[in-house]
Amino acid sequence: MDGDGYLEWMRSEGRIVIVGASLAGLRAAETLREEGFTGSLTLIGDEPHEPYDRPPLSKQVLLGTASADRTLLPRRWAIDATWRLGVAATGLDMAAKRVRLADGDEVGYDRLLIATGVHARPWPHETEADLDGVFVLRTRDDAARLQRRLTSARRVLVIGAGFTGSEIASACRERGLPVTVVERAAAPLVGALGGVVGQVAAELQREHGVDLRCGLMVTGLEGDSAGRLRCAHLSDGTTVEADVALVSLGATRNTAWLAGSGLGAGPRGIACDAGCRAFDVRGIVTDDVFVAGDVARSPHALFGYQFLSLEHWGNAVAQAEVAAHNMISSSSERRPHLWVPAFWSSQFGVSIKSVGVPSLGEEILIAQGALAERRFTGVYGYQGRVIAAVTFDQTKWLEFYQRLIEGAAPFPPAFPMVDHRAEGLRPVPADFPDPSLPTHGPSVTLSGYSPTDRRVAFTPGRA
Amino acid sequence: MTQGTLLRQITDHANRADPYPLYAELRKTPVSQQGDSLFVVSTYWEIKSLLHDPRISSDARNLSPQAAGSLPEQEEEESALPPAFLKLDPPDHDRLRRMTMRPFGPPHTPRRVHNMRGELGRIVSDLIDGFGDRDQIDLVDDFSYPFPVTVICRLLGIPREDEARFHSWADTIAASLDPDPDQDPGERRRGSQQARTELGMYLAGLIDERRSAPGDDMLSALVTDHSPDGQMTPMEVLSTAALLLIAGHETTVNLITNGMLTLLRNPDVLKRLRDEPRLAVPLMEELLRFEPPVQLLPQRTTLADIDIAGVTIPKGASVWLVLASGNRDPQRFPDPDRFDPDRKDNQHLGFGSGIHNCFGAPLARLEAQLALTELARRLDNPRLVEDPPPYRQNAVLRGPRHLNISLDSCRS
Ligand SMILES: Cc1cc2nc3c(=O)[nH]c(=O)nc-3n(C[C@H](O)[C@H](O)[C@H](O)COP(=O)(O)OP(=O)(O)OC[C@H]3O[C@@H](n4cnc5c(N)ncnc54)[C@H](O)[C@@H]3O)c2cc1C
Ligand code: HEM
Repeated sequence: MDGDGYLEWMRSEGRIVIVGASLAGLRAAETLREEGFTGSLTLIGDEPHEPYDRPPLSKQVLLGTASADRTLLPRRWAIDATWRLGVAATGLDMAAKRVRLADGDEVGYDRLLIATGVHARPWPHETEADLDGVFVLRTRDDAARLQRRLTSARRVLVIGAGFTGSEIASACRERGLPVTVVERAAAPLVGALGGVVGQVAAELQREHGVDLRCGLMVTGLEGDSAGRLRCAHLSDGTTVEADVALVSLGATRNTAWLAGSGLGAGPRGIACDAGCRAFDVRGIVTDDVFVAGDVARSPHALFGYQFLSLEHWGNAVAQAEVAAHNMISSSSERRPHLWVPAFWSSQFGVSIKSVGVPSLGEEILIAQGALAERRFTGVYGYQGRVIAAVTFDQTKWLEFYQRLIEGAAPFPPAFPMVDHRAEGLRPVPADFPDPSLPTHGPSVTLSGYSPTDRRVAFTPGRA
Repeated sequence: MTQGTLLRQITDHANRADPYPLYAELRKTPVSQQGDSLFVVSTYWEIKSLLHDPRISSDARNLSPQAAGSLPEQEEEESALPPAFLKLDPPDHDRLRRMTMRPFGPPHTPRRVHNMRGELGRIVSDLIDGFGDRDQIDLVDDFSYPFPVTVICRLLGIPREDEARFHSWADTIAASLDPDPDQDPGERRRGSQQARTELGMYLAGLIDERRSAPGDDMLSALVTDHSPDGQMTPMEVLSTAALLLIAGHETTVNLITNGMLTLLRNPDVLKRLRDEPRLAVPLMEELLRFEPPVQLLPQRTTLADIDIAGVTIPKGASVWLVLASGNRDPQRFPDPDRFDPDRKDNQHLGFGSGIHNCFGAPLARLEAQLALTELARRLDNPRLVEDPPPYRQNAVLRGPRHLNISLDSCRS
């Protein structure tokens, strides 16, 4: 079959299968239809729910201002698809172009999109993880369970102060619950934003009444005779009495189902090219398997073509749209996924946003505002150029810094600006922990240059 | 075209009724130097990017002496009041805007505007009832002018018995923003100064009263509120209240008047609005794009040399951002000269953008929606008496001075 003819046939009668029926999966399906794909479309998702939105789960849902079952993603386009919900994909046969399902079924495809995202890393000690009162937060069901439990909680222990952990702590405090946060690093958000900003996050937490314990690990969880969580033991020998523990130690890519498939998939995600095509284990790019969203790791031109893994809402949407477009386009019409990483979080009344890859930053300059006022813009520099920026309650300037990043503007920026203060005259070390140490929470992970790099990034230890 | 000619044409009153072809000409050079120290920006993305650029200041004290001198003569507005946040940069701008937002909008007071709905509806009905059985009205004098002033009065909590005085000051100040060439400028300035002083003294008195006996109005909140930023000084409350009055007056007048004018030029849309009042929401956005009440922002200056669209704007220059031109930029809006209330992705610049974006936008939207829906419903067979109508002088706050409409009757 010649290329053009195949593509025409593919667009009108082909079979497209999407595994992972969440944000990336849904947006890809909509884009396919929007761009004129009329063939058959199947969405496979192991959760029983229609696609819903996760960011509210650690915010409005925990506060009780939105209910977990009211977080469905808005539909932008009618997609006329076959939905296989509540059934997991368990295997992939690339030669036969078939996806195996947990119920024994198999689904054939002409083009496949993998958007299986990540799952919350569980507490590593299984019997402790099974204690009543120990939670993770990734899904709508997790959120509903947790929110119910919070109504009767006496003290909540949050293990790991990445973005999710910090947001949960914030919601609990807003509900008036006593909260202890234990973080291995010197401050919250350190892995994502570095120590300078982390220090601000720490003050913010303490000011809101969080019992914040940094530089410590939880060494064990202890239950009572009925199997209910009673307390946690910390590495400094102290104990914290808590009846709810939230394990927020970051996420693991959902790639186990691809073991042995021959795809370049491992615990760090599935490597793909800038056009979202997956690599196989030989480092050869496939032409019929595409990847998008949290599960993908893809090279980025702005960051030296390093492979980036992003757990960012905006990335999932943008990458899904590019993947969908490329699945039904000829090679000359394909587009690269050039999205500049961008992330937001809201906690303790502050809106935090970032662009670029802060964790690459060697130095940070407080370009506008002041750390002490909790309203500022920090610019990160890497090898003499602007690589990222973060704002606390100064969102409206972010676009400007994004352009500096895109233009590889020199660091530190040397021009006068509104709200430029004395502390913004000189950059200081951004103070990121050793990159080989794991960090928590939705952020950017740099994962090297090789598409077939399947090393484990995180050895589940103790927080 | 030589330097400055285009700008002179734009400010020339003869071109007020249809400046859009001039804007199209402007856009051929997205950033053009139009005077020694004056740069005019006319394309959507360039305007947008400068509105989000921290090297741009709204504080006239940052203008170079040369740029300050080359500006067209501007009415001295402050009359000893400190500049309100419209003309300040962060952090002062942010602090004052935050403190003003607390009693006005989310997150602290999410329902203020919503709760004014019923009252706004009544004001609109009363004004339309006032048309009586006339077969011709001047929409500007009979409706658009009085409406927003009444609204600001209610927002601030001006006692009903004082509203008439408030209206007369507002009218005098508005007129001073719109110099009539036949009037003696000295006299005009004295009139406006006097109105400002009287308004200031009146508000100062009211502020004192509210401090001891607060109501649930915004003025009371501004004087009594203890926000995380502290409390406003009486002077700050005064200048903020004056800002709300001035920023929320002429602009809303123009939105309603331009809106009705555009509807009368597009009878099919007028009919649709009558049949489906929900059209009012997207219609308002398209009006703000198509005939924006604030045509350009003339008070920005550069804190550093800025390279944009192949031009270097030097530090201290005066920068005019022509919002109305950006709104018609074909690079951003397909078929931009078509009035299309069903337009998708309508991120117009009508309310500005960035940190100074319109503070009163939710209120302005609601006012204009209620006004236009109700006018569409109640005016029977409305027709323009003259097209184009006579325009006011002002090139910045552009709108008709009169909009004479003849009608068969006024429905109840
Ligand atoms: C509590 C929380 C708060 C967040 N807040 C923010 C925020 O403020 N800002 C931000 O930018 N991002 C935030 N995020 C991240 C954002 O939600 C993710 O980036 C986004 O959900 C990624 O979408 P995705 O479709 O790639 O993956 P996911 O949403 O993880 O979806 C993957 C889907 O695939 C399913 N699946 C997995 N394996 C299989 C299989 N074998 N077979 C079938 N189905 C499978 C999963 O169950 C899941 O439904 C937050 C995430 C969480 C959990
Ligand atoms: C249709 C009506 C309106 C239009 C088109 C309009 C337009 C605008 C524009 C373009 C700006 C930006 C100015 C700049 O960037 O320099 C602005 C600012 C502002 N507007 Fe409006 N406005 C309208 C109605 C109102 C109303 C009703 C109010 C008051 C309740 C109001 C209060 C303000 C204030 C206070 C600012 C200054 C904001 C700041 O500097 O942060 N406006 N408006």
